[in-house]
Amino acid sequence: MTVTDTFSTPPAVTAVKVKKRFRVKRETLIDHLILVLGALFMLFPVVLTFMTSSYDNLAFAKSGLQFGWSDQFFENYERAMFETSGFTGAIDGVSMLTNSLILGFGFAIGKIVISMMAAYAIVYFRFRFATLSFWIIFTTLLLPLEVRILPSYEVVQGLGLGNTYTGLIVPLIASATGTFFFRQFFRSVPEELVEAARIDGAGPVKFFIDILVPLSKTMIAALFIIMFVYGWNQYLWPTLITTDEGMFTLVRGIKNIIQSFTDSSSVPEFTVGFALTTITMLPPVLIVIFFQSWFVKGLTESDK
Amino acid sequence: MKRAAFSSPWMPVLLLLPQVSIIFVFFYWPAFEALESSFYLQDPFGFTGTFVGFENYLTLFQNSEYLRISIFTLVFTVSVTFFSLAFGLLFAVKADKVIRGASTYKTLLMWVYAVAPPVAGILGVSLFYQGHGLITQLFGFFGHEFVIGVNYYDTGFALIAVSIWKQVPINFIFFLSGLQSVPRSIREAAMIDNRSSSGRFWTITFPLLAPTAFFLLITNITYAMFDTFGVIDVMLRSEPGNNPMTLTYKVYVDGFRGGDLGGSSAQSVILMLLVLALTIFQFRLIERRIHYT
Repeated sequence: MTVTDTFSTPPAVTAVKVKKRFRVKRETLIDHLILVLGALFMLFPVVLTFMTSSYDNLAFAKSGLQFGWSDQFFENYERAMFETSGFTGAIDGVSMLTNSLILGFGFAIGKIVISMMAAYAIVYFRFRFATLSFWIIFTTLLLPLEVRILPSYEVVQGLGLGNTYTGLIVPLIASATGTFFFRQFFRSVPEELVEAARIDGAGPVKFFIDILVPLSKTMIAALFIIMFVYGWNQYLWPTLITTDEGMFTLVRGIKNIIQSFTDSSSVPEFTVGFALTTITMLPPVLIVIFFQSWFVKGLTESDK
Repeated sequence: MKRAAFSSPWMPVLLLLPQVSIIFVFFYWPAFEALESSFYLQDPFGFTGTFVGFENYLTLFQNSEYLRISIFTLVFTVSVTFFSLAFGLLFAVKADKVIRGASTYKTLLMWVYAVAPPVAGILGVSLFYQGHGLITQLFGFFGHEFVIGVNYYDTGFALIAVSIWKQVPINFIFFLSGLQSVPRSIREAAMIDNRSSSGRFWTITFPLLAPTAFFLLITNITYAMFDTFGVIDVMLRSEPGNNPMTLTYKVYVDGFRGGDLGGSSAQSVILMLLVLALTIFQFRLIERRIHYT
């Protein structure tokens, strides 16, 4: 359509405008539709499980996941948390929750501390093995736990660390991504700071604690959130290293618990299992939702 | 390297000691053990081993089951990577475009990141549950009797579906942040030049997203191969039988259930080589845009 056309025929202009507005609207509508469907796709399995956890066991056994709400909610959660189960009867929701928290915090704090230390050494010190150390840390990317399952288990057992928190946490905390994350950040810290600190007579320890750590606060928080969720969700390593039920974390124990629920009684206790599933999901999900912006920042910046 | 540096001889050693000693004890030592025992034939009860050279590897390559699992792993990895990237990209493009409710959509589409793979497996089991699982019923409606854990293809389908669901959020997060870092001026210029929004997407936005997409490609392949362990273990209810599984799960099954130390170690070494290849590939791609000094 040319300019003269639009001037000579005003009705056509309005028609085009109306048509265009309609098209834009329809496009926006489709965008929203796709997003709503996507959100439902992500939500639906979790919401159904959550809803079903308020029903009694018979309801699931008869007709599967429930869409609605029933009156067994508190009873199911109470049983999931406090009723002892498992083969030895030494395990309940509370002990698994405690172990999960220990693993989550230990994992996150451990990773942050040792990666910060390593990054500080690599960025701020001039020493002979700097490049070598960097490459040693880098090679951990080549050796994920999944490719060395059996020998890792044997090493930890050989050191007598099976069924201990040390054995559960320490082998997991070496971190190339964490170290690179802090290395990248330290390199962006203005050089004048370290010069000023040196002129004022601050040694490496003082500079690290009084200047670098406070400067890295946001970085630490972002990494902490990611690592806590990551640690909480660990499955393979806890499965290998904890055979004693008292040491189970929620994520590690949940499969066994659901199995023992479903094997032992005449009506499988699925809905109590779903209550436990919900408890397992809740802390990391809440963290991701509430600290969303830090979380996204830490995630997208640590991998670049 | 940082220019103005401290020069204490023992301080950096002390700082690096925890990290490096963990790496030596819990990474190098096991990796070396795996490499070593892959050349030995061990009897399951003792520590006596006979050196057999590459026999463990040869047995593996001639094993039809290992071949079948390799093929499944390939199909699994390709489908999980492709679909979770496609969904992540689609949702990210739409979430970047809408004005109303953008942040609500963002939260709703990303929070599943926090669900652990084995928990995703439990959700999957209850949806694909024999008899009255919702998806089982859906298949029944179309005349297919869906039997998870018995029918090889049904089980494979369920494993793939759950693994995709779990991986969409991370792709969404990275694509969205990639999209949001596309400068406004470029978008506006494109808007003037090209009126078709899909044309704009494929000629302008998508090429700008390429670095993010390459990075995610590697992340997704790694996820599908290794991090789906929890999904698989829970969904197969620890009963591998004739069910489909990935190479990683096979290492675990042979090592822990079968007590086949040599065979399991040989498989570990093959996986290490795969990771090495992936990492080299990744860094060759990254080298083109980031320069380490």
